[in-house]
Formats: sequence, structure tokens, C-alpha cells
Amino acid sequence: MAGDSVWVLGTSMTRFARYPELDALDLASQACLDAFADGGVGIHDMDILAAGSLFHPPGLGQRLQKQIGQTGIPVYNVTNACATGATAVRVAYLAIKAGEADMGLAVGVEQMGKMGLLAGGSRSERKVYEPSGRYDAVTSIDGILGTETMPGVFAQAGMGYAYENEGVRFEQFAKVAYKNHLHSTLNPLAQYQKEFSLEEIMGSPVQSYPNTTLMCCPTGDGAAAVVLVSGERLQSMPTEVQRRAVKISASVLTSDPYVESGQVQPDVNTLTRNAAAQAYEAAGVGPEDLDLVELHDCFATAELIHYDNLGLCERGGAGDFVDSGAPFRDGSMPVNVSGGLISKGHPIGATGVANIYEVATHLRGEAGDRQIEGATVGLAHVIGLGSACGVHILEKAA
Amino acid sequence: MTDAASATQVPIVGYLQLGDEPHLLANECAGCGARYFDRRNACANCGGIDFGEARVADTAVLKAFSIVHNAAPGIPVPYVSAIVETTDGTSVRSNVVGLADPMDAELGMSVALTTYVCGTDDDGTECVAFGYAPA
Repeated sequence: MAGDSVWVLGTSMTRFARYPELDALDLASQACLDAFADGGVGIHDMDILAAGSLFHPPGLGQRLQKQIGQTGIPVYNVTNACATGATAVRVAYLAIKAGEADMGLAVGVEQMGKMGLLAGGSRSERKVYEPSGRYDAVTSIDGILGTETMPGVFAQAGMGYAYENEGVRFEQFAKVAYKNHLHSTLNPLAQYQKEFSLEEIMGSPVQSYPNTTLMCCPTGDGAAAVVLVSGERLQSMPTEVQRRAVKISASVLTSDPYVESGQVQPDVNTLTRNAAAQAYEAAGVGPEDLDLVELHDCFATAELIHYDNLGLCERGGAGDFVDSGAPFRDGSMPVNVSGGLISKGHPIGATGVANIYEVATHLRGEAGDRQIEGATVGLAHVIGLGSACGVHILEKAA
Repeated sequence: MTDAASATQVPIVGYLQLGDEPHLLANECAGCGARYFDRRNACANCGGIDFGEARVADTAVLKAFSIVHNAAPGIPVPYVSAIVETTDGTSVRSNVVGLADPMDAELGMSVALTTYVCGTDDDGTECVAFGYAPA
């Protein structure tokens, strides 16, 4: 039924790690089968499949069906930068909202191995200078006209915030990484589960100042999946199933509106602010109502500015916010209790689904050692450069 | 073919104008004044399709930077990647050059456009890049 509510019925993620012996289909299949088992349903219950991956060749969803069940349902292959996973979830969400599906499966997967530094063109050994492309460039401009690498672009995003706001320095960015590494020690699904001191983080090799190696997310492999169900269909299911279901109170996707500086430095702020505002409005909650947040800490500099963008702190107050201890798991606004991308890992297509898995697992009270006690409302945020931002607000079943 | 003694020069990107007074030249939307450095189909701000050319001011303020230590093979590191805002309000991305130490970069510092040869191709043609030096 159009306008019906949408719920997470089942969800799962593989541990984020490196799996050289597996391929993306193995990882995606595992996540889907585990999500089915979690929800007590199967492939024949699905009316739609949305499959997200950034680097997998086209046709992931259909290839996945060949492994877990070819039932003839519509498949949407989704690519949307680092918001790929969240976009896949939203595709399934929209199909249920539109009344075309009662139940849908969304999966995100990536197998990156040790890809290392992302973006930043290698300097080709061009023999003759000839203008090409939309800038009439005669050679690769990365490293000459600024940086195109991810650690550098997000470093500049953080430094732009530091320029405009007091109290934000190298140490405040480093504290973000300290927190997330610490959090990850409680998460068996995290790629790394090791605590580092603030001194170790600040003293690790510089990638792009102020981001040191321990302030950057790793590359890796993994998958995550959710089974979504309409509220009407959920009501026909056993009470125990209904009790574990988690409501999607808001599902929002935005892109970056025009800003003057956008052509030279991707604006990761405005679209996040817009997505947060729309999500809070749709869910009828505010930042003060959130019990936990999983946000897109691809780099420590990114997490800090998203405290502000998501309204978790006062405008301009992200430095004070992390200094206060608020985003630590025992603080007033726990952020990235999973360990975040920095330590849990960031297999790109899986990330936006795994964040929803994390929040839903806390709302169900099933997060084990890392459980945030009594959590009833949580927010999952991802952003992909280019740009795309996904925000989902989840609520525990009444 | 060009003799090495009288090497010809080409700009690294089309929006860098060489000559006696090297400067940046933007495509400027006739409707809203938005400036772009790439080839345009229409304006991302207002949707207009009429553009003129605008010379961008040479002086600027450093709004954000990163000291890049890890880059693709062949790119000398460390270097200071920067976003500057020119005195006529245009954001530009390039490197900060002419610093004794990369850590001397400071948010808010005044900088000015400068050009330098960043490479030579097999025909002896020199590639001229631009950067921003402390002013």
C-alpha cells in the first residue's frame, strides 16, 4: 500500500576484513543468506533486489541471483560513490513505499583488497603535450594544481572548517580517530580491533596533513544486507518477529547543490545539512533524540565536520564537542560505536548498509559488548564525493 | 619541431593564460556571474547558457590546505595542496609554492599567483603550471 511504513525485518554484515580467497559474490551471498535467516524469510519472499557496489563490474545483482535464487524479480544495480549502499537500501525502500513491493532485499558489497590510496592520477609519461578534457589539461594535474587524493580532499574539508571555527586543531581531529579505534575493540565485525594512544595516532606517518595513517580508513572487503518489509505485511507476521523489526522513520538521499567553491573542492557539508534537516523533519525527531549515530568517518577530518553538519553539536562547536567526550560511547551522543570506517573498515558498497545494520542491531538490543543500553532511535549517515549523501533514521519497535 | 634554445611553452590547463601577465581566465555566467574553469554546457547555479570571459584576480587568501605526503608514483612529496579564495571571490585549487617548509603554510595567509615550468615533453615544449606563493 502506497505510503505504508517500511521496516527492517532482517539484517546482517560479514566481518570487514580481507578475503583474498573469496569474491564479491561469495561475500554478498553470505550477507543476503544471513539477512534472510535473521528475518525468517527467503529469496522467494522478495519482490525486489537492489545490489550496490562501486568497483564490481555491471550486473552484480543478476550474478548474485544466480547464486542465491533466480526468481525473476526486478533487479536494480546501484552505484553512487560512497553512498552506494545507502542508495541500494533506499531503492528497496521506495519500491515498498510506492506499493510495488511488500518485501525487498538490499545488499552492498565491495572487494577492494589492498587498493591503497584512492584517486589521484598517476603521472602518465606523456610524450607530447596536447590539451584534452574539459580543462584542456596537457598532463595530469594531481599534485601540481592541488590534490585529488581522498585523504587530501577530506583534509582540506577539515581545514576549511578549522579556518572558520575556533578550537579546531590537529589534536581535535586526532581525538576522533582515538575514539573510533577505541570503540572498535568491542566490535568483533571490525576490520581492526586495536586501541591506539593519541600520541601514536598523531605520530603515525602523515598521509595528508592533518590526516595521519591512523586517521584514515583502510581499504578492505565485506558485504552487508537488509531485508525490508511493509508495515502492513509485518502486521501479519508473528509477534516475536514484529518485536525485533526496526522502523525506518526517514530515508533521505541528497546531492550537492551549487556553491561557488564546489568546482575546486567538493562540498560535503551542504548536502549533509540538507539531508539531516529532511530526515529529522520526516522522522519527527531532532538530534537530541538520537541514542547513537553511525556517520561517515572516511577520515578523522570528515567525522569532525559532520558533528556540525548533522546538528549533533552547536554550530561551529565540533572541536569543543569532541574535547567534551560527548561522541564517546559513554558520552551524551555516542558516534561510531562500531569503530567507524576508520577502524571497522570501508568496503565502499557495503558501508551504507553496514551502518544501518549497526544501528538496527543496537535498537534490537543485540549488539553484545558494544551495546548502547536502552537505545531507541539512531541515525546512519554516509556521503560519497561527487556528491551523494544518504541519511536513515531508525526507531525501535514500540 | 622546436629548438631547445627557443622552447615553446604551453599552459598546463586552458584557463591559465600565459604572456607578459600570466593570469587565470574563467568562463563567467552572463546571468548570475558564477565562474567556471571547465568547458561549459550551462550554468550549474542558474541554468543560463550565455557565458563571457572573466580575468580572475591574482591575489588570494589561503582558505584550506593539506600537506600531502602520500601521492601517486612520480609526484614529488610533500607538497601543499590548497584552496584559495581570490580577492574577487573566486575559489581556486592549486599548490602553495615558495615556502621554506610546508609546515609554514597558515590558514588565512595572503598569497599571489605565480607560474613555473613543471615539465618538458619529447618535442622540447615546456609545460607551465601555476601556484600561489606567500605575498
